[in-house]
Amino acid sequence: MITGHGRIERAVRTWLPVLFFLFVALLPFYWMAITSIKPNSELYSLRANPLIVHVPTLKHYVDLFNTTNFLLWTWNTMLVAVVSTAISLVLGIMLAYPLARINFPGAGLIAIGVAAVYLVPQPLLFLPLADVINRLDLGNTLTAVILTYPTMLVPFCAWLLLGYFKTVPMELEEAARIDGASRLQTMRRIFLPLCTPGFISAGIFAFTLAQNEFLYALIFLTKTSVRTVPVGVISELIKGDVFYWGQLMAAALLGSIPVAIIYSFFVEHYVAGLTSGAVKG
Amino acid sequence: MAVRAEELAGIVPRPRRPFSLGEWLDRGAVFSWLMMAPPILFIAALVGYPFFYGIFLSLENRPVAQPGTFVGLQNFIKEAHDPVFWQVVRNTFVYTIVATILKMIGGLCLALAMNQHFKFKNIIRALMLLPFIVPTVLSTVAFMWMLDPAFSVVNRVLMEFGWPKPGPSWLGNPVLAMISIIVINTWRGLPFYGITLLAGLQTVPTELYEAATIDGASGWHRFRYVTLPLLQPIILIVTLFSVIFTFADFQLVYVLTHGGPQNATALFATYAFDIGMGSGQLGLGAAVALAMLPALAVLIVAISLYLRKKS
Repeated sequence: MITGHGRIERAVRTWLPVLFFLFVALLPFYWMAITSIKPNSELYSLRANPLIVHVPTLKHYVDLFNTTNFLLWTWNTMLVAVVSTAISLVLGIMLAYPLARINFPGAGLIAIGVAAVYLVPQPLLFLPLADVINRLDLGNTLTAVILTYPTMLVPFCAWLLLGYFKTVPMELEEAARIDGASRLQTMRRIFLPLCTPGFISAGIFAFTLAQNEFLYALIFLTKTSVRTVPVGVISELIKGDVFYWGQLMAAALLGSIPVAIIYSFFVEHYVAGLTSGAVKG
Repeated sequence: MAVRAEELAGIVPRPRRPFSLGEWLDRGAVFSWLMMAPPILFIAALVGYPFFYGIFLSLENRPVAQPGTFVGLQNFIKEAHDPVFWQVVRNTFVYTIVATILKMIGGLCLALAMNQHFKFKNIIRALMLLPFIVPTVLSTVAFMWMLDPAFSVVNRVLMEFGWPKPGPSWLGNPVLAMISIIVINTWRGLPFYGITLLAGLQTVPTELYEAATIDGASGWHRFRYVTLPLLQPIILIVTLFSVIFTFADFQLVYVLTHGGPQNATALFATYAFDIGMGSGQLGLGAAVALAMLPALAVLIVAISLYLRKKS
């Protein structure tokens, strides 16, 4: 009996804090989901129990697709995130490879510069950048955000890959060099294929950052046809003081799902990316 | 046989090898700088140039879509006499400091909770990270609805426990609005702390705990004298990162309160946005944004040097 009692106590002490954190983390998502399928009569009733749905309905989703450009915004968001992630990975590799693999004067300075640029927050740059984008006549084009997102993603990818590249042993490359391969050949044929896990980590992390971006999209994209999901939801589903909560929550849930699904396939890579900066340095 | 003695002896200087582009390109430094040139040019054009152009703008009186006139430090002087600006400074520091402390303590608790052995650990860890990966704007909209005074979950639950009607106006009262943005920022940032510190915890060798236990250390002592000192470098770096991005936060406040009520939640970024984009005074807006720089610069230099030392 004593051991049984101890086991229960240990289970409570393990699970209580875990479940508490899980509850806090997931409550807003539960609330999004449940609001999005409640009819308005339940949403704005003070008598119905707010925590459950009595008569579920898909009306808010139907309205969302019929009265807004939500699908188009989703497409824009994906397109921008994928293209800017791809650009950032390529430029990040070009920056990280020499820094990680070749001894040359100035390497240390560039590495510090990369870290510093990564830490420059967008609010410091958005006003001058807005002027630059206007002068380039790129306002209200997806090109505006495809060009500006990599300003934060390139230093990030470079920094993450720099750490990853340093963990790959040198022997294969040295052997290739001795066999007469040029540096470019060694990098492309021998080195880069070894680094796929690093690319997935950097890519998945950059992708979620790009999905999350709001400030540049808010400033550069003011036409509904080019908006991304966050900007579209804020600018077009909130009209003055009128809130269509059912539609808003449907949009918030649908907007969260793509990134959550992609993330769920690559959790380990994502966590590796998240912790590499702080733990491995 | 007309072989000359010098040739036999091999002392005739060999003809200089012709310059080969391939070999030149293959030299370490040449290859490196050529490879890095495109990303460096990109960053110089879209981070470096805007940065210095922003400094230039801050010295101009520059209404939107009109040529600017140089006014020297007048924007900064105007700023210093603007009571709202000083309120923004206060707000930003309160927001950053309180949210960071909450995230640090909460994140440590989360990491310790997750460092135990239990079933479904990987799935639970993945779910715990959701607040951090879901677009901030979307989760903030959900919180906005949760905090709705009349119809939503927070106040409905409060009233269930006997809170008098009407419930607190979370986003309408200056103090409550500040509390709300701090709590939501903490909710979003907590997983970043938790999962990073968890990774740190897993690198602590178990022998150290065993040795401490044999020496008679209690649970608290093991935490205080073994875990905490070993985690310290990670806590430091995570905190510096988090401070920078909390200090310069924009999305959460823009969506939830727009800086209101009466500027009670306005931060540097939202105030610079209001002035630069809302009232179209690019110069003054740039000056407000640049006012972030001294505090940020200290942090950025500290982190860059620290990362350099570690690598």
